[in-house]
Amino acid sequence: MNPYLAGFIIGLMLIAAYYFSGEGLGGSGAFKKVVVATINGVNHNYALNSAYCSPLVSEGKSPLNSWLIFEIIGVIFGAILSAAYFGRLNFKVGKSPKITNKTRIIAAIIGGILWGIGSQLGRGCTSGLVMSGMAVNALSGYIGLAAVFGGGYAFAYFFRKLWI
Amino acid sequence: MGPLFPQELISDPLNLFIAIFIGIGFGIGLEAGGFTNTRKLAGVFYGYDFVVLKVFFTAALTGAIGLFLMDSYGLIDINLTFYPKTFWIPTLIAGIVMGLGFILGGFCPGTSICAASTGKIDGIAFVGGVFIGIFGYAFTYESLFQNLRSKGGLGKANIAEKLGMSNELFIFIVLIIAIIAFIVVDKIQKRVNEKKPVEKIEELGL
Repeated sequence: MNPYLAGFIIGLMLIAAYYFSGEGLGGSGAFKKVVVATINGVNHNYALNSAYCSPLVSEGKSPLNSWLIFEIIGVIFGAILSAAYFGRLNFKVGKSPKITNKTRIIAAIIGGILWGIGSQLGRGCTSGLVMSGMAVNALSGYIGLAAVFGGGYAFAYFFRKLWI
Repeated sequence: MGPLFPQELISDPLNLFIAIFIGIGFGIGLEAGGFTNTRKLAGVFYGYDFVVLKVFFTAALTGAIGLFLMDSYGLIDINLTFYPKTFWIPTLIAGIVMGLGFILGGFCPGTSICAASTGKIDGIAFVGGVFIGIFGYAFTYESLFQNLRSKGGLGKANIAEKLGMSNELFIFIVLIIAIIAFIVVDKIQKRVNEKKPVEKIEELGL
């Protein structure tokens, strides 16, 4: 699909999210709810006493009963629909042909861990912090934009063998 | 007038139901934009593929232009949304951590969900990594992060206001920068790929 059309569709969803629900699109928020729900399920008392979990579990409502979880269920459906339409629904490892699958998988796990920590400390990821922030001229969105992409360009040289 | 849910104009179940449809549109946009292909995502940092920049800025600007137009016609009051609060110190540090995560992992959380759910094994590994990271954060929150997370609080800060200009003028400036960037990155991409072609990016579909 034309990248500008794909961007326009995402932009319309962003407007709809703010219009109906008063919040932007999210990615990492759903991960957080799953983690908190898991901790709460295993040890409710621990969750109640944890400063990280307690805001989401103290009301007795499941952390999974949230807008971001339902949005991500939709994202999964949407991605599968689109991939099926474009014939991209297949098991494979996306990587540069110059590295092994093992290298790629290890780098992906480490990258994921960094995003997990960063998204919690920074109050969101590319979707919730940067894109949704930019859509309402929030200062946090532009700080996030500069830090994520600035950081990416600063580190790109050192890890170029992973990609080129 | 929007936003509907914060003003209790729609019920909680309806709000969650709408979330699924908004998510479907978001997922289609991400997948169709090529964001399940990690090499396309990484391309923005090496100059061989700028699709990320195009999709991302088009989305953010479509959102900004639409929302502020709607605000000026009284269709939505942006002040009544859950407007993001700025804590510049943790956001700056976390952003750099996420930038490193981008270079190593080749995804961000939203794109990794799309990649994982369409069978990309590196996407599944990344999703696993995000869970490990958040569990680690949750268990060390009080000792490592709680203090830092609330440093540099500026409240619901608006960048246009901070720069002393109107929202409309600020968005217009970003729009002009984005259009110039779209033209320049096409030239860079062409030059990089002529000079030292990156091995073909499979399943382009674009």
